[in-house]
Amino acid sequence: MADVNRGNRPLSPHLQVYRLPLAAVTSIMTRITGHALVAGIVLIVWWLAAAVASPGAFACADWVMRSWIGFIILTGSMWALWYHMLAGIRHLCYDAGYGFEIDQAQKSSQLLIGGSVALAVLTLIIFFVF
Amino acid sequence: MRYITPRKSAVGLGASHEGTQHHWYMTMSAVALAILTPLFMITIACAIGLPRELLLAYFGRPLPALITGLFVIVGMLHFIKGTRIMIDDYFQGATRKGAVIFSVIFGWAVIATAVYALARMGLGAIVVL
Repeated sequence: MADVNRGNRPLSPHLQVYRLPLAAVTSIMTRITGHALVAGIVLIVWWLAAAVASPGAFACADWVMRSWIGFIILTGSMWALWYHMLAGIRHLCYDAGYGFEIDQAQKSSQLLIGGSVALAVLTLIIFFVF
Repeated sequence: MRYITPRKSAVGLGASHEGTQHHWYMTMSAVALAILTPLFMITIACAIGLPRELLLAYFGRPLPALITGLFVIVGMLHFIKGTRIMIDDYFQGATRKGAVIFSVIFGWAVIATAVYALARMGLGAIVVL
């Protein structure tokens, strides 16, 4: 073992200088979007509960829903939901044994980002037109 | 005497003895949620901006109520199991236990609140003042 070439071997990634591949970024984003979706569902369920509670409670919840804070939370959740859904579908493909090659993972990652943004923009357009 | 071989009792269970069920549950709920997600978005998009009386009547109708109820129930059960994996990855010991308990309580609290609200609206028991 003494004459092994130690200078030319691959090193394990040093996390502070390692640029994550796109597939790693989209993978961790699945977890982040999934947990961030709590904000959207809590806002919507609070809004529903306030509607049955009292006119005052509803006025408060409805104001938040329609304010710019509500817009940011709901629009963000909408995109996160599309992203998490597409990422989930990718996981179903992984489970079925497809998409493990590096170039396939790169392509599905690009599709994931592009697709979720496209669906979010489309949803916003449909929402504001109708 | 055990009639079941050690291999037979271990196959398909994984180290925690419930990983397979956990994975299968996430697969099933993911498919259900993939169908429910667009329906839920349409349902909520149609409801935003309605005055209180119309909102109560809207969620009193079967389809908006069923889609919302199913999405919140299946979604939060998916959340509880998904969060469990995140907690297992990042926390240990008492913090892990506390986080798991909190996420289960939180998930069921959201489900209970949504079901209560939808039931009140659906049963028409609201007197709008």
